[in-house]
Amino acid sequence: MNIEVNNISVEANNGETILDVLKRNNIHVPTLCHIKDMLPSGACRICIVEDIKTGKLIPSCSFPAYDGLKIKTHSYKVINARKTIVELLLANHPNDCLYCDRNQNCDLQTLASDLQIKQPRIKGQKEHHNLDFSSVSLKRDPDKCILCGRCVRVCETIMGVSAISFINRGSRTFIGTALNEGLNTSSCINCGRCVVVCPTGALSEQTQYEKVIEAINNSEKTVVVQYAPAISVSLAEFFDIEAGTDVNGKMNAALRRLGFDKVFDTTFSADLTIMEEGTELINRLQNGGKLPMFTSCCPAWIKYAEEFLPDMLDNISTCKSPQQMLGAIIKTYFAEKIGTKPENIYSVSIMPCVAKKFEEQRVEMGSESISDIDAVLTTRELAELIKTYGIDFKNLEPESADSPHGERSTAGKLFGVSGGVMEAAIRTAYAKLTGNELEDLKVEAVRGLEGRKEAKLNINGFELGVAVVSGLANAIQLIDEIKKGRSDIHFVEIMACPGGCINGGGQKLHSDIEDIKKRMQSLYIIDIDENEPLKVSHKNKEVLDLYEKFLGEPNSHKAHELLHTKYHKRDVLL
Amino acid sequence: MDELEKLFENYDLSRDNLIPILQEIQEHEGYLSPESIALVGKKLKIPNSQVYGVATFYNQFRFVPKGKYNIQLCRGTACHVLGSATVLEEFEKHLDIKAGQTTKDGLFSLEVVACIGACGLAPAISVNGEVFAKVNRETVKAITSLYN
Repeated sequence: MNIEVNNISVEANNGETILDVLKRNNIHVPTLCHIKDMLPSGACRICIVEDIKTGKLIPSCSFPAYDGLKIKTHSYKVINARKTIVELLLANHPNDCLYCDRNQNCDLQTLASDLQIKQPRIKGQKEHHNLDFSSVSLKRDPDKCILCGRCVRVCETIMGVSAISFINRGSRTFIGTALNEGLNTSSCINCGRCVVVCPTGALSEQTQYEKVIEAINNSEKTVVVQYAPAISVSLAEFFDIEAGTDVNGKMNAALRRLGFDKVFDTTFSADLTIMEEGTELINRLQNGGKLPMFTSCCPAWIKYAEEFLPDMLDNISTCKSPQQMLGAIIKTYFAEKIGTKPENIYSVSIMPCVAKKFEEQRVEMGSESISDIDAVLTTRELAELIKTYGIDFKNLEPESADSPHGERSTAGKLFGVSGGVMEAAIRTAYAKLTGNELEDLKVEAVRGLEGRKEAKLNINGFELGVAVVSGLANAIQLIDEIKKGRSDIHFVEIMACPGGCINGGGQKLHSDIEDIKKRMQSLYIIDIDENEPLKVSHKNKEVLDLYEKFLGEPNSHKAHELLHTKYHKRDVLL
Repeated sequence: MDELEKLFENYDLSRDNLIPILQEIQEHEGYLSPESIALVGKKLKIPNSQVYGVATFYNQFRFVPKGKYNIQLCRGTACHVLGSATVLEEFEKHLDIKAGQTTKDGLFSLEVVACIGACGLAPAISVNGEVFAKVNRETVKAITSLYN
């Protein structure tokens, strides 16, 4: 069928909304409340177009296209209406753009500018709500909220958490938690999906770079940094480099220019995680342990389980996440090695995630008064720091990470994408169980951005069932099946964010799905790169060295003390 | 709490019954406590934020217990014309609470209601059902001092 847009006939498919048709034909209509691939809510009306036959303004995001429909996307009437909508949104918006976290990165600001709003024509009464700084990962400024409801919808449909909802009614409506308490006591799992979809500065991460800069400038501190596997393929976009480009070398150089004394790679401890988690899985399989075993790398998933699945906590691997493992090793083995006290080391990690900020502050993550990690910066914060310090990122000469925690396998690198932990674990578990390496290292079935993937692998005649889920709402479905008695699955990888860390809550705002795919592809390309000989975690020499000199065996007493933890039921308002 | 638990026996535990259940709890307890909101969420399998969201949408639900003496202040048309806004302001100032709240000592709660059918006595208020006529700024203190 055909519809007529601005006097030009374009093809439309059955079941498409007007907005779908417009997007496919590269006709730009602004949106605010719309989220791609989710049911439209039609709340903000900014996407209205004029129906020529009736003269009515209809929301393109929720209006189905039909044969013979004639619309104008930028008629006089449409522009005026859009302008009024934005003016009304601005009427009770705080005018502090210059000091806002989202300055120059804000949908509302862009709209106001695109629609040429130059005067505060409408003045509204401003409802004041307190800032919510209670969470260690996120902060909320409800005064900047335009009630588009994107955060509420992702929290409910992608994460299955619903920590926030619309409270009150009419002009007094705001977005808040149950009983309007702080996020810290709510069921919020700190995943930061809400930050990623928020069009304004109403939701943002708790920044920690001031603390980091202070430590760097403190001559008594040895400041150590580590970065997650996903960072090197996500940072390029901030510096006008093609999305997905692996800028690992430049990043190492930039981190040194920022003043970090040692630059380590969390991928090293991803390999370490595989040694520990692989051994744990084999033990569970051989000694009748609790199965299926769930991965424990994702701190948002862990908090979710502690709140919603307290009866399944024994199914979760006791392994700390790679961030925490490396943190613990830095404050013990590395400190000893360079002859300094752990309290004189300041340990920073760069993560694609805001939940990592929460994880780092968990009481279980450290010993006595020494915390495994001292500060967590998101990919966004790192990019800002590099800009603040005037580093010409694009033209930096690549450098390597530091020893003894800089070597990494390409399997560990895959941790950045959903299915990667599984793939790396399969490679190592296979080798441990059979004594041979997998012939084809690539485990196609667990690759890609699908929310749920399953595979069956034959290892020495035993059929190992594995599942990979990302987006917690997908995990809930699988767990329901397991609770109902499904027993063919032995190992489950769960990541809260759809697609895994490459699409984490700490990544570049306004990331396009195509950019996320490029980040994923980049990790897969690294895995087949001929210049990268180390493809499996269990051959990482620095990791093996660490076992030989310090930890002993995987799952040894010392490894348990430093690299494993326990989870606890959390009583929050669900 | 046990009594509250019993209340659910009369209902099919589906989302559709959220509002009737909230109403009945309020009838029983006088307000919706955090505990009762949590219980409703658990029973009906609705996230607490959504239970709270629905409850706050309607003016009929309150989230703090009523005071020993509940002052209902009429904001109907006749009372409005004769100055109920000033009376409200005076009550809020005198009791140091906003409409919908309860004093810290639990003695008074202040509630704004639509016409109570005493237009001839405007501006009118009622304290636990006892009606006071032609209230003004000056008589606010005197009225509250009757209840201690």
